[in-house]
Amino acid sequence: MDYFVLVISAIFVNNIVLAQYLGNCPFIGTSKESGVAIGMGLAVVFVATMAATITWCVQEYVLGPLDLEYLQTIAFILIIAALVQFVEMFLKKAIPPLYQSLGIFLPLITTNCAVLGIAIICQREKFTLPETIIFSLASGAGFLLALVVLAGIRERLDLARVPISLKGTPLALIMAGLMSLAFFAFKGMAS
Amino acid sequence: MITSSVLVLLGIGFISAVILAVASKLLYVYEDPRIAQVESVLAGANCGGCGYPGCAGAAQGVVEGKAGANVCVIGGDEVAAKVADIMGLEFASTEKQTAFVDCTGGVRAEETYEYHGVADCRAQHMLYGGNKMCPEGCLGYGTCVTACQFGAIEIGPDGYPVVDPNLCTACGGCAQVCPRGVITIRGMTARITHLNELTDCLAPCRQRCPGQINIPRYIEQVSRGDYAGALETIRERIPMPLSIGRVCPHPCEGVCRRGHVDEPVGINMIKRFAADWEMNSGTRLPISCAPETGRKVAVVGGGPAGLSCAFFLRRLGHSPTIFESMPELGGQLRYGIPEYRLPNAVLDWEIEGILNLGIEVRHEHNFGTDFTLKTLEEEGFEAVFLGVGAWMNMNLRIDNENAKGVETGTEFLTKVGLGVDTGIGKKVVVIGGGNTAIDTSRSSVRLGAHVTLMYRRTRNEMPAHIEEIVGSEEEGVNYLFLSAPKRIITDDDGHVTHVEYIKMELGEPDASGRRRPVPIEGSETLIECDTVYTAIGQKPELSCLYDGSGTCTLEETRWRTLGAHPDTLQTALPHVFTGGDMHTGPALVITALGEGRKAARSIHQLLTEGRIHYSSQLQRELIPYTMFTDVPDVGYRRRSELPHQIECDERKCTFKEIEGPLGLADVKHETCRCLRCGLTCYNRDLTEGQECLAEDCVKNP
Repeated sequence: MDYFVLVISAIFVNNIVLAQYLGNCPFIGTSKESGVAIGMGLAVVFVATMAATITWCVQEYVLGPLDLEYLQTIAFILIIAALVQFVEMFLKKAIPPLYQSLGIFLPLITTNCAVLGIAIICQREKFTLPETIIFSLASGAGFLLALVVLAGIRERLDLARVPISLKGTPLALIMAGLMSLAFFAFKGMAS
Repeated sequence: MITSSVLVLLGIGFISAVILAVASKLLYVYEDPRIAQVESVLAGANCGGCGYPGCAGAAQGVVEGKAGANVCVIGGDEVAAKVADIMGLEFASTEKQTAFVDCTGGVRAEETYEYHGVADCRAQHMLYGGNKMCPEGCLGYGTCVTACQFGAIEIGPDGYPVVDPNLCTACGGCAQVCPRGVITIRGMTARITHLNELTDCLAPCRQRCPGQINIPRYIEQVSRGDYAGALETIRERIPMPLSIGRVCPHPCEGVCRRGHVDEPVGINMIKRFAADWEMNSGTRLPISCAPETGRKVAVVGGGPAGLSCAFFLRRLGHSPTIFESMPELGGQLRYGIPEYRLPNAVLDWEIEGILNLGIEVRHEHNFGTDFTLKTLEEEGFEAVFLGVGAWMNMNLRIDNENAKGVETGTEFLTKVGLGVDTGIGKKVVVIGGGNTAIDTSRSSVRLGAHVTLMYRRTRNEMPAHIEEIVGSEEEGVNYLFLSAPKRIITDDDGHVTHVEYIKMELGEPDASGRRRPVPIEGSETLIECDTVYTAIGQKPELSCLYDGSGTCTLEETRWRTLGAHPDTLQTALPHVFTGGDMHTGPALVITALGEGRKAARSIHQLLTEGRIHYSSQLQRELIPYTMFTDVPDVGYRRRSELPHQIECDERKCTFKEIEGPLGLADVKHETCRCLRCGLTCYNRDLTEGQECLAEDCVKNP
């Protein structure tokens, strides 16, 4: 039951983008087309889960015992950067079409604060390893959900006649804000 | 503390480095350096027009050999040359493509859906199926305008997209988003090889035209004074607008919606005006051809079908050679149609224009004797088009049919065409009721004979064109309706002196829908004559297809024509195609021209793609729901008439052309009468009952 609440909380209540306001750059940048959004979202799910798991182990078995918690941020960034490089190589070899459609956005995950944020939240909340894996997976899924919903909205907005000054990113930001407000409806469902 | 911090970070870094190093080894993907080079010279618009996901994908496609140097649709020849240079390929100029809106616009039929605030074609299509009264037409909310990254499309004053060809890069963005398929990306090749499909915006006239000419488009171009554009539109379908403008019985006009209000638009007159405009200017408009492919095709027969096939093959980049048995090209146009309808000078000028494209001709070469399919193959011809026409005449099957003075109408007309002595007498009887019979009669009148035309049905059932019948009546041809020849009576020398005929009455309708003539026993009568011309039907001479042992590798139909696939015109031999009268039996010139293009299309596909394909949605019959007869809100406008160049007395003694072209004012008036129809839409230019004055019609000077 705790895991279920954790999942609901990570996806809806404390959505990493819409409630925590992390990862806004790829959120806006890759939400123009549903196809790209799904690819990016799945990549984030994978990288976030892997990153949170590895960083949990590093924190638990290296930084914690050696009293080096203050190295958390820089160590995590190092680990995530290496992980993203690994994922990039893997996708290029195994799924070239997805690699090509993600284009520049794949390296951008390196600097995706959502991924780093998930890893740090897991430490801050003192999750166990299973909880870390579940939470990071669910948080990644929350990112994927937000990204796909925004992409769907933006695809429809492309068809609408809107003032030129609002076309593109400005309107996407407004929509992201409205989505964020909508997600506040989940507040109270879980901590 | 500092030492341990440094060691920990170095440790994490080292482990990461080792993992990545191993991964680099295991997951290494070789990337050809040329991919980056090619990508750097592409336009970089990521427009998707090439079909690849972005320019990087396109570059990869080029390097992998999946795409050619001209992969970048918006880069044009300049980019293609650079790509070819990088890849070490030979560069050939590519055909200019552009977005093509198959809808001429205008004030359209009202929309049947209610506006619910979604001003976009795709949204409208999703919500309501995009249904206006026209099930295929443009919705006019400009999704294509939004999709165009290059500002090449705008919605015109009539609510239909207008493409600026100078800005259009043929990226295909507009075509991709159009929910009704109104916009397509086409170059010359695609336009030439396109066959009418049910999803096209086909006005009734376009549906009926055997040549599939885009009639509303060229009329609209003429109305704007864009005669060159109109001719280009016509020449995408037929190569002989001058000839067709004179001899076509214009079946298109029979289904013209305007005909339900007053009289059909003079479509053929407008075509003739545009064609005459070019000839009278003395300058030939350039006709574009695709780059040379070097593929040799033999075209047997230099009549309308053969000329059309050769013309389009040449435009598609191939090298056709025409084999003609007669001294001059033109077939029935020259040797079957008299000069008063189609002057030789006009025909010569038109044929010269076709041959100027670079078509070789071998005159007086007879198929079956001077060359065969085998020798053509040995000579390197990769495909053959057989279009030898229908020159063999049907027999009357009566006594003394072969008497002196009895000849077929086509033999007589050929002699007239060749300018040799016809041996015509003073009293001529012509037997038949078709156009050949009328041509024979009117030519005989011009050679000083007293002519009687004998036909077994009444005037109403005559298959000849009504204008021709009226013309012959004006020139003094006598008619003997409901009469059929029974035998030819000769003198001692075996020369015809009389025709014995029997009177007929009409019975029940036969298979052709016409009432079957039934003989009235005992009504035999004699008519005195010294010459008889028979013109009761023709068929192709297929003996040339049989070899010495009497076998034929091609298929003969029960109507004694050459059998072929109706859409591809491919015969039983894959590289042999046919068209025109040889395939259809005696038919219209425009039908032969249309079949020539159809065959050229198939040959082009066979030579370039190795297979022939066509849409399952081809339009063959008139589309029933487009044939409505109620055309409200269209007022009366008189139809222009072709002026006569010479009057009746002079007509009887000269082969000078009778009809002249329309004047400029009349052409404007006539183009103004066109309703710019689509499938079910048309322009509502006047309220019902309102009569248009001639001067009002000239609204597009």
